Amino acid sequence: MTDTAERKSAPETLSRVVVRFAGDSGDGMQLVGDRFTSASAMFGNDLSTFPDYPAEIRAPAGTVNGVSSFQVQISDHDITTPGDAPSVLIAMNPAALKADLGRLEQGGLLIVNRDAFGERDLAKVGYVTNPLDDDSLANYRVVEVPMTSLTVQAATELGVKPRDAERSKNFFALGMISWLFSRPREFTLDWIAARFADELVRASNAAAFNAGYHFGETTELFDHPFQVESAHMPAGEYTNITGNVALAWGLVAAGQLAKLPVFLGSYPITPASDILHELSKAKHFGVRTVQAEDEIAAAGMALGAAFAGHLGVTTTSGPGLALKSETISLGVSLELPMIIVDVQRGGPSTGLPTKTEAADLNIAMFGRHGEAPLPIVAAYSPSHCFHAAIEAARIALKYRTPVILLSDGYIANGSEPWLLPDVDALPDISVPFQTEMNHVDPDGTDEYWAYLRDPETLARPWAIPGTPGLMHRIGGLEKEDGSGDINYTPANHDKMTHLRASKIAGIAHDIPSAEVVGDADAAVCILGWGSTWAAIFAAVQRIRSRGEKVAWAHLTNINPLPANLGELLRGFDTVIVPELNLGQLCRIVRSEYLIDARSVSKVQGLPFTSAELEQAVAAAKGVQQ
Amino acid sequence: MTDTVVSVTTKKDWSTDQEVRWCPGCGDYGILLAVQTLMPELGLKPENTVFVSGIGCSSRFPYYMNTYGIHGIHGRAPAIATGIAVARPDLDVWVVTGDGDALSIGGNHLIHALRRNVNLTILLFNNRIYGLTKGQYSPTSELGKVTKSTPMGSIDHPFSPLALALGAEAGFVARTHDLDRKHMMETLRAAHAHRGTSFVEILQNCNVFNEGAYDEVTGRKARGEMMIDLRHGEPIVFGENGHAGVVMGADGHLRIVEVAEVGLEVILKHDAHRADPSLAFALARLSADDPATATQRWTPTPFGVFRDVDRPDYGAMLGEQLAKASAKMGPGDLAGLLRSAGTWQIT
Repeated sequence: MTDTAERKSAPETLSRVVVRFAGDSGDGMQLVGDRFTSASAMFGNDLSTFPDYPAEIRAPAGTVNGVSSFQVQISDHDITTPGDAPSVLIAMNPAALKADLGRLEQGGLLIVNRDAFGERDLAKVGYVTNPLDDDSLANYRVVEVPMTSLTVQAATELGVKPRDAERSKNFFALGMISWLFSRPREFTLDWIAARFADELVRASNAAAFNAGYHFGETTELFDHPFQVESAHMPAGEYTNITGNVALAWGLVAAGQLAKLPVFLGSYPITPASDILHELSKAKHFGVRTVQAEDEIAAAGMALGAAFAGHLGVTTTSGPGLALKSETISLGVSLELPMIIVDVQRGGPSTGLPTKTEAADLNIAMFGRHGEAPLPIVAAYSPSHCFHAAIEAARIALKYRTPVILLSDGYIANGSEPWLLPDVDALPDISVPFQTEMNHVDPDGTDEYWAYLRDPETLARPWAIPGTPGLMHRIGGLEKEDGSGDINYTPANHDKMTHLRASKIAGIAHDIPSAEVVGDADAAVCILGWGSTWAAIFAAVQRIRSRGEKVAWAHLTNINPLPANLGELLRGFDTVIVPELNLGQLCRIVRSEYLIDARSVSKVQGLPFTSAELEQAVAAAKGVQQ
Repeated sequence: MTDTVVSVTTKKDWSTDQEVRWCPGCGDYGILLAVQTLMPELGLKPENTVFVSGIGCSSRFPYYMNTYGIHGIHGRAPAIATGIAVARPDLDVWVVTGDGDALSIGGNHLIHALRRNVNLTILLFNNRIYGLTKGQYSPTSELGKVTKSTPMGSIDHPFSPLALALGAEAGFVARTHDLDRKHMMETLRAAHAHRGTSFVEILQNCNVFNEGAYDEVTGRKARGEMMIDLRHGEPIVFGENGHAGVVMGADGHLRIVEVAEVGLEVILKHDAHRADPSLAFALARLSADDPATATQRWTPTPFGVFRDVDRPDYGAMLGEQLAKASAKMGPGDLAGLLRSAGTWQIT
């Protein structure tokens, strides 16, 4: 952003901008961030969002711990990340300033709520002098606006009590930013009119929004508004989607495509609960949801429903996945289709419940007793969660196995525009139930053998209660190959252990091959999985736009790995594996392929920035930047 | 179910070819026989019946029933069965569990299944011992019980399964025992007829690790004076010629009295359909361990149906919500769902 001496009324066009709203947990920052995002989406910008909020619902007001932020990048071209550094920061109080100033780019626009910078507010976060009055903000363009008092003034005119009016100050900020970035006003006003049932609240929010918008227009604090043109995105119908909603819709779609009712057993846990909420609204699709008494019960119910012929699903985050472990092992032994969704967060233990991390790959791979392999699918972006859910269901149903679907807090809460898929073109993932006897006894009697496998997929038949003649009992005890009767003999257990492993390993031939994005003849290949996709995408774009070479392969199927991955990785001098953990996938590919892959780690509860990955690639090349 | 149902199956249709692996003389044999005999009488079909269990001696039960079945994991049978019953209200779902399985590791699932009133029939085989792990004390073992894990006697206070079930809002609560097939079948028949969660405690002997667990109550010699047969609508009397009975004292406590001394009119009349569970709770506590002495002293113990009260079952209520949602919003339309948060066109 550049300073201009004269005020211009015509908007200056930017190709992209990163805006960060920061305030108290109770200030409604997520709400206005979301509204600005929606207005930008409707306008046709490409965008990516990053809600960043504390674990406490209302931490003590005005403290750094209680700061809730929402960052969004809007652009006139294809983008995948919410931006490394905001160019505009709206700080509603000193705590927000203290928490987020370090992120603002040098020379960036800093808009502060002057009214919230009283002595006590400053003391609360340890400011000895008022940063607005000393020269500590000299590197930024600071615009001080008395947002609280202007909001109160606008709203009390309508008869709103001052204390209530104050609460609309987030809409004042939204109005100001809407003007600054030339967002159409009607869209937000219509939303306010529809959203708030209480007449005074509605009026207060609308008045604050309008006051903020006019404030931008009429004061000379801002030189001119900016414009971010709509992006040249592929033609079609778009919606703005978060990963959790996309995942829930993907499960609904999977039920339709499999012609099976969906059954969700779930226990509330951050950041996965929104999937439970969303599926609880899908009752007209025949989706049954049960809020279980605990994580273990949630998994047990899903497994029971699978036995009964439903698409059984359970959703959770890391601590819950640990609790479900024994039930998932039972699922491996019963060989029933089941989907376990893990929306990862910072761990171990309660860790960073509202922050992102991707450190559950180890527990997903290895966190069961006995030899209990299962397929793992990882979503890489908010909208990809939809397709990943269908893929997880496809594998679960076809191979009669529990599947772990990994998402994370970053893509679960982040949003992006999504070109809606043609629902008629989605794959048919239905599988037939067993309805006939499948074995003849030596004495000529027809029987049902519950573990008589399909020679190609090694999947066992799925006969559901209600089917005459196919009554059978299955359990956690080792089963005889074929008949499924209890069998403890050494050779049988050896055979069954290998059969279960072979079944999962064989899925490698039923998933897409790994593909190289970028330069196949580059020295360095980035191997990614999960939500690092966005930052890697941006880093690869930037590196290649400078004329340098880099290659990238991104995994959505992590177990089994694509059949061609070893050969692909061996084609590069250096393989780096950026992960929001201490190198969990890296360790797997090293042991699997005996290649010297190098880990690039970040465990700060935050996603990678693309700059960090550019540096990682440069370091891998041995080049100093 | 009524007695007019014509049997379409025989006991043989409900038996599997699996070798039954309980210890010779185990009380579980009697229960298995009672259930296999009852099923044809109830007019049920094996293909529409599911037996779910956890881990423990009792939990081997499903292997011997020619129905659909899951031998699950320790304590989780009510959760797995909830998934089956809620997904498929058309099925007849039974849970077979024990005192360790249901009350210790699976206590949480048990109380929540009862609270939700999922349409399940839960049979809890209470032998007051861990049998499969070879003889440790259980949550129903009496104080002072000497076992491998309590060589100096148990200091772990037991609870009453029935009192627990009643506290968890169970609509149907009953007790029977492994030595009286007729009473067992009568009780299970009533349990099955109840829609929602039915909870039946079956006192069962473990002749290897807790031999004679209930001899003082259900033993042939003791029975007459120690078992109180609860009959809905009838005065609670027992003993030879009904000489003893149960009254409620002015302090609210239940007491055992001689009928001749107080008169039949003051004897408590059993009302299994009472909405308030407090009387059923008091009956469940009538023969509880004496906490002061830390030892079991059996007193006359009630058997039969303690409580039989209807309330809507979870699966049916969820089904109603699904039907209501479909009626209001029409059948699910995937393309519509993807557009439900608002869309825009890019040309």
